[in-house]
Amino acid sequence: MSHVTVIRNARHWKTGEPIDLAFQRGVILEGAPASADVTVDAGGAILSPGLVDLHVHLREPGQGSRETIETGTRAAAAGGFTAVACMPNTEPVVDNIAWVEWVRTRARAMASCRVLPIAAVTIGQKGERLTEMIALKQAGAVALSDDGHPIVSAATMRHALEYACHAGLPIVCHEEDPALKGDGHMNEGTLATRLGIRGIPAAAESVMVRRDVELAELTGGRVHLAHLSCSASFEGLREAKRRGLAVTGETCPHYWMLTEDAVAERGTAAKMNPPLRTERDRAATIAAIQDGTIDCLATDHAPHGEDDKRQPFEMAPFGIVGLETALALTITGLVRAGHVTLPWALQLWTEGPRRVFHLPEVRLAAGFPADLTLIDAEREWVVDPEAFHSKGRSTPFAGMRVTGRALATWCAGELTHADPSLPIAGRRSEREGAALA
Amino acid sequence: MRMPHAETLPAGATRGVAVGLFSASRHLLGLDGMPRTTLIEILDAAERDLAHLAADRSPRDVLRDATVVIAMFEDSTRTRVSFQIAAKRLGATASTFSSHGLSLSKGETLRDTLRIFEANGADVIVVRHPSPGAPAYLAGQVESAVINAGDGMHEHPTQGLLDLMTLRQAWAGRFDGRRIAIIGDVKHSRVARSAIFGLTTLGVAVTVAGPTTLLPTHVERLGCTVAATVDEAMEGADAVMALRLQRERMDQGLLPSLAEYTRVWGIDAARVRRMRSDAVVLHPGPVNRGIELAPDVADGERSVILDQVANGVAVRCAVLRRAAGRDG
Repeated sequence: MSHVTVIRNARHWKTGEPIDLAFQRGVILEGAPASADVTVDAGGAILSPGLVDLHVHLREPGQGSRETIETGTRAAAAGGFTAVACMPNTEPVVDNIAWVEWVRTRARAMASCRVLPIAAVTIGQKGERLTEMIALKQAGAVALSDDGHPIVSAATMRHALEYACHAGLPIVCHEEDPALKGDGHMNEGTLATRLGIRGIPAAAESVMVRRDVELAELTGGRVHLAHLSCSASFEGLREAKRRGLAVTGETCPHYWMLTEDAVAERGTAAKMNPPLRTERDRAATIAAIQDGTIDCLATDHAPHGEDDKRQPFEMAPFGIVGLETALALTITGLVRAGHVTLPWALQLWTEGPRRVFHLPEVRLAAGFPADLTLIDAEREWVVDPEAFHSKGRSTPFAGMRVTGRALATWCAGELTHADPSLPIAGRRSEREGAALA
Repeated sequence: MRMPHAETLPAGATRGVAVGLFSASRHLLGLDGMPRTTLIEILDAAERDLAHLAADRSPRDVLRDATVVIAMFEDSTRTRVSFQIAAKRLGATASTFSSHGLSLSKGETLRDTLRIFEANGADVIVVRHPSPGAPAYLAGQVESAVINAGDGMHEHPTQGLLDLMTLRQAWAGRFDGRRIAIIGDVKHSRVARSAIFGLTTLGVAVTVAGPTTLLPTHVERLGCTVAATVDEAMEGADAVMALRLQRERMDQGLLPSLAEYTRVWGIDAARVRRMRSDAVVLHPGPVNRGIELAPDVADGERSVILDQVANGVAVRCAVLRRAAGRDG
């Protein structure tokens, strides 16, 4: 893949200044040559480092009816992502180097973006015996998580954080006290009371945030708080930062777009864990994004089969898809709503996540990887789950008119997504999977 | 409010609050959102059925060509028997399934099972299910009319209607300006929710009291007030409804002991005297004698518990006729 691609008439994601950018062999070149093998006329669209999603369920190994590495990463590329970190709560659990290698091998063959495996903290995510964290790191794991299965024992969590320091890996914490959550299925509040659905109090999340902040201080370990949803959790993260601890946190588009009321309108398409909360929590989510408390955004893309989601509310599983709507919901719900600037929002999908997981930096400058996303921040479209590349169709945003779309995505210089409207002259890149490894 | 579930929606559509849930369809899914006029229509119809039941014990032929399937995905004796008798008195072909006889354990989905009933010719499916919203979900999946016979902690609308019927009899036909106290485990009670929805629609003031561990979050937003004590809730009330206390609440750590519950939240004769002189005592049954209700209260002259049972058959006749489209 020695041909040169040049992108003309783009605007720099941070400054808005006009930018022409060329790359070859997956690496950004110095300057833009007058002629190239492939020329893209960006037509004034915004050029950004490729988006990164630290919280994705690709469902492989073992749950390929819901999603595969192939379909999930195709959805990622279509959404503007050049890298996704995938959660290990699969069948079996990714808790040893063989499965980490399996995920990476499969990704090399099938994936449309970089796949960064997250390995389990404990064997089988049972919250008991630690995994071989050092070997897992060497095999390519970028983080550790028992996502979906909170580590109940504070002692186990303490020791996991201590040992993870040897591997230099963060632990991604799904914060939830299982006893407080009980058999809850939506936010505990007015609507749950009215519908007779068992509730999950916000404190089920925030008490664990507080615990793990204290354990981060005790151990010096790196804690990354996953999919934070409520005011008290953001306050806990804010306090951890004031104390100078190695604690980072993410939130997801649905928490700034929606409240629990969406359950009445969207049913199981609005069922995820943690659940949609109140208007006060939604406002707190936006405030935490504005003031820098939140380090990065993530989708918690969690595809399920249609039959599984088409059930009475308590019987349906938690989880919605997010890769193909995340950018639009960010531009629609944060930027156009006037809460943050476009550069601020985009850094939470680019620089932010790379910093949190210590991933290689991507800048629009010579020598950096050609992981790039071309964004039309003005494009209006209607969310149509039937058009998703993901196998998952369950989203509370179906039918919603949104603004902002990825026009093209290049991962390691390879074109992984292109909107039909985008003029591309010349030879398209040949698929060269090894470049994505 | 209509229960949420995932049926295919047109783009941008909202499922939202269903106004006229019952009048808009033949289903009876809950009393939440049911208009006052519909409630009164059903109560009036039930009074006519009650008169029929008293006058002639032989089956009528009003539902002679109708098939009613009573599908119990959760234990039920009282409600099942009441529906069976109602269906029989109307002359319907009635068939009862209990959860043990169903093939759900073999991986068949709830939806598939109900569609089998439908394929067997069921005009009306009466369904009890432990999952809140299951009847509403099924109503969206089958052509048969669906009657909710209790869905988890959500609603038990025929119980709510029989409670309204019993109160209307006790209150000489007037709901406006009345006040009722509902005492006990509101949190886990579908009976309480249906009662609160129906009573508040009819202009009855509802006061609840019970241990905080057994009151749902923001219960006041259902339109009732919360009293600190049973005495306060019952003072000057026109009726009291005691809810059944499940003994498992002690094992769940929600209550310390039955003795303490009875002492603090049990209804005895002295507490009954705090109400108006013509006030009545309701209980959805079965009564834990000496716990929610003192025996002399359960059997006392203010008790209308047996009227509730008799009214239950009449209410179920009325809703079966309505669901089958024979409300005349």
